[in-house]
Amino acid sequence: MNLPAELKYAESHEWMRAEADGSVTVGITDHAQAALGDLVFIELPKVGRVLKADEACAVVESVKAASDVYAPIAGEVVAVNDAVTASPETLNEDAYGAWLFRLKPAQPDALAGMLDAAAYAKIIG
Amino acid sequence: MPRHTPLYATHRAAGARMVDFGGWDMPVNYGSQIDEHHAVRNRAGMFDVSHMRAVDLEGQGARDFLRHALANNVDKLTVSGKALYSCLLRPDGGVLDDLIVYFLREDFFRLVVNASTADKDIAWLRALMATHAPQLRLTPREDLAMIAVQGPQAREKLWQAVPGSEAPTRDLKPFFGAEVALADSAYFIARTGYTGEDGFEVTVPATQAEALWHALVAAGVAPCGLGARDTLRLEAGMNLYGQDMDETVSPLVSGLGWTVDLASARDFVGKAALAAASPAQRLTGLLLLDAGGVLRAHQVVHTAHGDGEITSGTFSPTLGKSIALARLPVAVAEGDVVQVAVRDRKLSARVVKPPFARNGRALAQ
Repeated sequence: MNLPAELKYAESHEWMRAEADGSVTVGITDHAQAALGDLVFIELPKVGRVLKADEACAVVESVKAASDVYAPIAGEVVAVNDAVTASPETLNEDAYGAWLFRLKPAQPDALAGMLDAAAYAKIIG
Repeated sequence: MPRHTPLYATHRAAGARMVDFGGWDMPVNYGSQIDEHHAVRNRAGMFDVSHMRAVDLEGQGARDFLRHALANNVDKLTVSGKALYSCLLRPDGGVLDDLIVYFLREDFFRLVVNASTADKDIAWLRALMATHAPQLRLTPREDLAMIAVQGPQAREKLWQAVPGSEAPTRDLKPFFGAEVALADSAYFIARTGYTGEDGFEVTVPATQAEALWHALVAAGVAPCGLGARDTLRLEAGMNLYGQDMDETVSPLVSGLGWTVDLASARDFVGKAALAAASPAQRLTGLLLLDAGGVLRAHQVVHTAHGDGEITSGTFSPTLGKSIALARLPVAVAEGDVVQVAVRDRKLSARVVKPPFARNGRALAQ
């Protein structure tokens, strides 16, 4: 199971990375991409959109199914990864390199309550 | 408890991702379903289709019984080994199943039916036999396994994998099957499939399935899962039972009118209902023109002549675009542009006549 220890995780299968500038980068886990299969379409939120925690804000579609991606924490979208919408298959190849969007958290310590790799590993069994 | 084919352990050992399909735990892919799709369109791939059920019908009067039971006309089967695609209908015209029937001898026909409907079909046929042909025997062959080897190189790969198989099958025409007895096993080899490519469906005793699978892997045939099977059949414009038609839908609105023999004097179950029907919808193809998502089953299609619905939709690896089969008002014509409700927006799609791709080539663009 590919679960980098330096990342935080949400039960809804997003990963989060705290950046030096205080923003949080969000993607979907390797487990999630494997369950979805070959990705063919990705839609990301607009920069500037303010998201509530657990709000559906992006869509990833594989050949077989469409799936929502949720904002794991509240915040404003400050960047999106246009490269991944242009080439969705890169997310299958590298789920932790092919990030989706970056948030400016609404709360300090936003990642404090999130799962670590071991806790997420238990959830996905 | 999900059921397992004789190749279940082989799939697990190969790292297949498994899903439930009609009560069977089946491989959906062995890695990338798009790679598997291209393997079949361009080279050779194989599918474990042992969940489908071969059912042997034996006895005097087998042909007469099938003339009554099936919507297509088994009188088209004049040469031994010839296969026919047909619907099995209810009296009201609803589709109980779609199947392939092989004519082997006047007292021996083999049906191959879908996994999820097999038990229902067998009960239905037995009830029909009790009143119409009690002398016949119907034998579900759960002792058999089936592997579909598909793609432009599929036949050569089978011949390479199974010594002695070439001579008895080299001249087999499309939609013909043959019983082939070789030193290692008895085979039933048919030039059929569900991908729009050339190839064989190979039936062997369940005990031989693993050896055949490994011999095909050694010959360079790519294991493929149900994911690729679905995109291949949809590109080829072939229906999937339970999705594009079922008991509540007439074959005439499911793109299967060509398989229903309303012209001849022969009577069959469902004929009267279909002869009296005037369908308001028909099944056609859609090609997505806009970016913004993937066509999926149950999405609503808005047309100038009223609404319709997608029955199967996917991303076509051959076209690099999303495609679908949809039930639309009969007045909608090929070339019309319609609007599909995909999540919170309407995307334009063009009405096209399936198939979308076949024999390695894109047909719709």
